[in-house]
Amino acid sequence: MNDLVNQLWLVPALPLLAAGVLALTPRHRRGLAAGLAIGTLALSLVLSVAAWVSTLGATGPDGFRAVRNFPWLTWGDHTLHLGWVLDPLSAVMLVMVSFVGLVIFVYSTGYMAGDENFTRFFGFLSLFAGAMLAVVMANSLVLLFAAWELVGLASYLLIGFWFQKPAAAAAARKAFLTTRVGDLGLFAAMLWLYDATGTLVFFDGGRGCLEAPAVAALAGQTVMGGLTLSAALSLLVLLGAAGKSGQVPLHVWLPDAMEGPTPVSALIHAATMVAAGVFLVARLFPLFAAQPEGASGVPPALQAVAWLGAVTAVFAALIAVAQTDLKRILAYSTVSQLGYMFLGLGVGGVAVGMFHLLTHAFFKALLFLGAGAVIHGCHGEQDIRRLGGLGRLMPVTFATYAVGMMALAGVPLLFSGFWSKEAILHAAHTWPASPGPFYLGLFGALLTAFYMTRQVVFVFFGPYRGEKGAPTQPGKVPHESPPLLTVPLILLAAGAILLGFFGTPAWPGLQAYLEPARVGLTGPDLARLVSAEALKLMALSTAVVLAGLALGWWCYGRRPLTDPTAPDALELAQPGLFRLLRERLRVDELYEATVVRWHTGWAALGDRLDRWVWGGLVLLIQGLTVGLAWLGRALDEFGVNDGFDTACERLRRGGTRLAATATGRLPGYLRGAMAGAAALGLLLLWGGCR
Amino acid sequence: MSPLERALVVSALLFGIGLAGALTRRNAILVLAGIELMLTAVNLNVIAFWRHGGQTASAAGPAFVLFVIAVAAAETAVGLALIIAWFRQRRTVQLDEADTLKG
Repeated sequence: MNDLVNQLWLVPALPLLAAGVLALTPRHRRGLAAGLAIGTLALSLVLSVAAWVSTLGATGPDGFRAVRNFPWLTWGDHTLHLGWVLDPLSAVMLVMVSFVGLVIFVYSTGYMAGDENFTRFFGFLSLFAGAMLAVVMANSLVLLFAAWELVGLASYLLIGFWFQKPAAAAAARKAFLTTRVGDLGLFAAMLWLYDATGTLVFFDGGRGCLEAPAVAALAGQTVMGGLTLSAALSLLVLLGAAGKSGQVPLHVWLPDAMEGPTPVSALIHAATMVAAGVFLVARLFPLFAAQPEGASGVPPALQAVAWLGAVTAVFAALIAVAQTDLKRILAYSTVSQLGYMFLGLGVGGVAVGMFHLLTHAFFKALLFLGAGAVIHGCHGEQDIRRLGGLGRLMPVTFATYAVGMMALAGVPLLFSGFWSKEAILHAAHTWPASPGPFYLGLFGALLTAFYMTRQVVFVFFGPYRGEKGAPTQPGKVPHESPPLLTVPLILLAAGAILLGFFGTPAWPGLQAYLEPARVGLTGPDLARLVSAEALKLMALSTAVVLAGLALGWWCYGRRPLTDPTAPDALELAQPGLFRLLRERLRVDELYEATVVRWHTGWAALGDRLDRWVWGGLVLLIQGLTVGLAWLGRALDEFGVNDGFDTACERLRRGGTRLAATATGRLPGYLRGAMAGAAALGLLLLWGGCR
Repeated sequence: MSPLERALVVSALLFGIGLAGALTRRNAILVLAGIELMLTAVNLNVIAFWRHGGQTASAAGPAFVLFVIAVAAAETAVGLALIIAWFRQRRTVQLDEADTLKG
C-alpha cells in the first residue's frame, strides 16, 4: 500500500520517458513509436487502477490520503518541496486520464497511419499524457505549475502539428498565448501563496497550504475591499483555470485548436488540457471554499466560479447553434460543458463538478473520435452541410455517435450526461446565493439538446450531399472505418453509458468516494431517486431536454436538407441574430479591435522608435566609430608602419656596410690597428701632451 | 746628438722596420718576426729612457724590459703554435688566405 504511493511517480514518468525516447527515434520506426507510447501508457493505466483500488476501502473525514514529499530546492531559510499525493480526486483522475488517453492512442494508430510524422506525433502525445498525469498527482503547486506548463507546451506542439498549414500554426500560437494570460494569474497566485503561508505543498500532515490551519489563516486576512486573502488567491487561480479550460473571455483558443489532428482534439477536449483547469479548481477547492470565522453565505470565490461557469455554458452553447464545422460545434459544446463543470464546482462542490468532468471526458472523447471517423470516411470533409445520410453508410460510427450525442444532450435515465448534469442542476437549484445560474443552466441544456440534434440530423440523416450529389464515383463513397477506429468508439460508448450509474441520486457512489465528509455512502436506495424534490427536478430537466430535441427535429429533421448552400432554418427566421452567432458573437473581432490593435499600436511605436530615434543614434555612433577607425588606420599605415619600415631598412643597410669591413684578413686588421695607433700618437703630439 | 737621441733614432728605425714587415709581409711567420722587432724597439726605448733619465738607482727599467721579453717570448710561442695548427689544417701560412676571422 505505502509502497504503491512511493512508486506513483512512475505513472507520469513512463509516458514522459517514452516521449523522450521518441524524440530521438528515427522517423521510420513507426511500430516502435506506437508500441512504446501505448505500452507505457498501458502500464500507467495498470498502476493507476492499482492505486485507485487501494484508495477504495478507506474511511475518514477526507477519505484516503497518502502523500510523498521531498525537498527540491533550498536557498537561505526557504525550502521548496515537491511531492505527489494519492487521494480519491487524484486516483480517479489518474484512471480517467490514462484510460481515455490509451483509447485515443490506439485510435491514433489508425487515424494517423498515413502521416509521415507518425513518430513525432506519438512522442508529442506521450508528452501530453505524461504532463497531464503529473498535473493530476502533484502535491505541490510548483510541481503542478511545471506540469501545467508542460501541458501547455504539448498542446502547442500538437495543435500546430500540421504546421505547414498557416491556420494550424496560428491556432497553436493563439492557444499558447491565450492560456499564457491565464497562467499569469496562476503564477501570481503561487508567489502570493508562498509569501503568505511559506509552503506550496498541498497536504503535509497539517502543515500544507490546503489544510485547515493554513486555510483558516488565509481566510482570516483581508486584502482590500473586504476581500479575504484566500478569496483573492482563489480569483487569481480561477484566472489560470479559466485560461486553460476555455472559459469566457479566454475561450477563443479552444475552437481554433480544431486545426490539430482529430485525436489531438479529442485528447485536448476530453482527457487532458481543458480538464486541467477544472481539476485545478477542484484541487484548490478548500481555498475557494474558505470563509472567515463567523461568516455565512456563499464564499465570493465560489460565486465567481459559479457565475463564470453559468455564463460560459450559455454563451458557448449559443455560438454552437450556428456553426457549420463538425468539429467546431463540438469545440463550442466543450466550452459550454466546461462551463457546466465550473458551475457544478461553484454550486455543488468537488464531487458535482468532477462527476461531470468524468462523464464528459468519456462522451466528448467518443464524439471527437466519432467525428474523426466521419472525417476519415468522407475524405476530409468537415462541413456538416456537405455531409448527410451517413447513418446508412457508417452504422457503427452512427450508433456510437448517437450514444455520445444523447449523453451530451442529457437524454434521461440511460446516459451518463443526464445524471451528471442533473447533479449540477440540482445543486444550482438549492444554491442560496442566487437562482440565476440555475436558469442559465436550464437554458444551456435546452440549447445543447438543440444544437446536437441539428448536428446529428445534418450529418447522419437525409441524402449524402458531398461531391455535388454524385456519390457514385468509386473510392469517393463514404465508408465505414476499420476496426482500429471503431473499437475505441465502442469502448468509450460503453463508458459513456455506464459511468452515469456511479453518481445517480439513488446511489451517489462517486460523491461519497470523493467527499466522504459531505455525503455518507449507504447502499443503493431507490427511495432517494423518487423523492419528490429530485423527481420534480428530473422531470423539469427531462422536459427541457426533450423540448430541445424536438425543436431541433422540427427545425432540421422534418425536411431533410438537400442543397448544401441553402440557408439555415434559423437563418430564415432570425437572419441578424443567426449571423451574429455564426460569427461567434464577434469575440475574436472584439479582441482584434482592442487587444490586438493596442498591441499593434505599441509595436508600431516601438518600431518607429527603433527605426528613427535609436536607429539614428546608432548610425551616428557608427559613423563616428568608422571615422576614428580610419584615422587610426591612416596613422598606422603612414606614420607607424612606414617610419618603422624605413628605420629598419636603414639599419639593415648600415649593418651591411659595416659588415663589409670585417673581411677576416689579418693584415687589414693590423693596418687598422696601426692607423689607430698612429692617430693616437698624432693626437698626443699635437694636442694632449701636457 | 746625445746618446739618448741616438738610441731613440735606432729604436724608431727598428720599430719602423718591424711595422713595415708586419704590414707588408704575407707570410705569417714573417709578420710574427716583424712584431718581435717592434717589441724590441719598445724595449730599447724603455732601457734608453732608464739609462739616461737619471734614475738608475731603481731597477724599474730592466725589470720592465725583462717582463716584456718574457711576455713576448710567451706570445711568440702561442703565435707559432697557432700558425702550426693553422698550417696543419690549411697547408698554408699565407695571411691573405686566412679570411675566416669575420662575423
